[in-house]
Amino acid sequence: MSNVLILVEHAAGTPKKTSLAGITFGQQLAAKSGGALHLLVVGKEAAKAAEALKAFGAAKIYVVDGPAFVSYSTEATCAAVEAAAKACGAKLIAAAASSTSKDSFPRLAIRLGAGMASDVLGIVDAKTFTRPMWAGNVVAKVEIATEVKICTVRGTEFGPPAAGASAQVEPLNVAVDPATFKAKFVSFKEIKSERPDLAIAARIVAGGRGTKGAEGFKLLEQLADAIGAAIGATRAACDAGWVANDLQVGQTGKIVAPDLYFAIGVSGAIQHLAGMKGSKVIVAINKDPEAPIFQVADYGLVADLFKAVPELVAELKKG
Amino acid sequence: MTHCIISPSLRGDPNDNPKAKEGSTVKILVTVKMVEDPEIKIKIKADGSGIETDQMKYVVNPFDEIAVEEALRLRDLHKGEVIVACVGKKDASQQIRTALAMGADRGVHVLTDDFLDPTVTSAALAKVVGDEKPDLVLMGKQAIDDDQGQTGAMLAERLGWGQVSFASKEVSLESEEEKAKKPAIQIANNVAQVTREVDGGFETVALSLPGLITVELRLNVPRYASLPGIMKAKKKEIKELQLSAVTGGASAAVKILGMTPPAQRQAGIKVEDVPTLVAKLKNEAKAL
Repeated sequence: MSNVLILVEHAAGTPKKTSLAGITFGQQLAAKSGGALHLLVVGKEAAKAAEALKAFGAAKIYVVDGPAFVSYSTEATCAAVEAAAKACGAKLIAAAASSTSKDSFPRLAIRLGAGMASDVLGIVDAKTFTRPMWAGNVVAKVEIATEVKICTVRGTEFGPPAAGASAQVEPLNVAVDPATFKAKFVSFKEIKSERPDLAIAARIVAGGRGTKGAEGFKLLEQLADAIGAAIGATRAACDAGWVANDLQVGQTGKIVAPDLYFAIGVSGAIQHLAGMKGSKVIVAINKDPEAPIFQVADYGLVADLFKAVPELVAELKKG
Repeated sequence: MTHCIISPSLRGDPNDNPKAKEGSTVKILVTVKMVEDPEIKIKIKADGSGIETDQMKYVVNPFDEIAVEEALRLRDLHKGEVIVACVGKKDASQQIRTALAMGADRGVHVLTDDFLDPTVTSAALAKVVGDEKPDLVLMGKQAIDDDQGQTGAMLAERLGWGQVSFASKEVSLESEEEKAKKPAIQIANNVAQVTREVDGGFETVALSLPGLITVELRLNVPRYASLPGIMKAKKKEIKELQLSAVTGGASAAVKILGMTPPAQRQAGIKVEDVPTLVAKLKNEAKAL
């Protein structure tokens, strides 16, 4: 009978799609533990986000708002989750893996004497989970041996949450003084894109070293725009500054699982494969027929991308 | 167990160094973990109890190498000392030597043969930090073996320090700024200004020191150890401690019950040309 608490992130009151997978995980976990599902939303317009999350069968949705929660702060987030866990007696605390949960949850784990499993792929029982190690080359079955258990969850492994009974929304007062924070927010620079969000896009066009530079990526962008896809990249392409850092797909970047993934000029290093091999359909375009990417591709085209991609764009425009 | 043989002028301990009080020197503790070479394929033992270690090569966790590089750049700018801390097997002294050869001043090695659990590692490192009293702890954001990514934040909580995860920089690794080997982390008046990579953009945070920072891939390009650096590293001190003596009774919070390979994807087909590809995607895969 362990209660479950899920932190759900939102942007100006709209729940983030990537974060909803955490609720799905919470629903499954509550079913295994026999406890009740509780949700937590934090920050400006959290009450609006709570309204949008009412129909997922949670017992309660805690709303934490106030001056300390306007910008992200590790210390404020830990305090909010700790307070909500205390309020509902949660022994299982989780969220979809994100820069917020990856930063704050390990800190919270020490505070609560909890063990933590990162990037969980599946639930075995209320204390046993599967998670990736060595860039996803190993799936480990792990048992969290502590009474309180914390997980971050790989969003692509859990679909959208099921509808359920309406939740009760409850404001929660968390007294923290931003003046005492040891790490203080200074500024945020948003990377804006006209294209779909990489993490949740149904289609992705990704480029690697073979694109040879920002110019090569222009071709990929034309393809992306022709099919309404997001742009992704390998670590090498991001390191070289050809595209923004947050477009990196792989072990150390974003984990994606779109319906269609174009890997263009991508050799297929295991670190990259770790981030995209859950895609439904993979297309590889590479001039090296021996490139490892062809071993995971449903459709491979051995060709020079500088010829094949414009041809592909033209073919798609024919309709 | 011997203590460091380093000139007191290189110490950045604010308690005994008047220069540190002006905020001019910085004592940095940076952690390194011995991990499997990411270029070598990981094979799981037949009984699923672990991975095959025959003919395995080991390296410094790539994220930690970036942390070492940033520590060295900060020391070269502000003066002070870089201490390399490692929790791991006896063989991991090789990874400490690598960091010393890059230019770190001395090492602390917490010896254990156990598979490292972040709860235990962070407890051991908390003891080391308590003894060394650095101004700043720099760590990789995750180790590429267990991929847990927890030890940094856990250590910060144990110390009661502020933390900044995923330190990065906006400019590329091929920028002039990077080529000039300047530290991306800016320290002045006991505050470190750090830019971190977060979902959807970059966030800048002011971290009061002492504090802890974990680093992303794109913070810098780590240097190679020079030959003179390798020679010098052989003479640098590595203090050894036993894990059981420094964890304060912390035990592994997560047990690994077994390992299996991930589901394998079947290789598909090669297509002749672009029109065939488009036709297959439309009619067969129904993906367009």
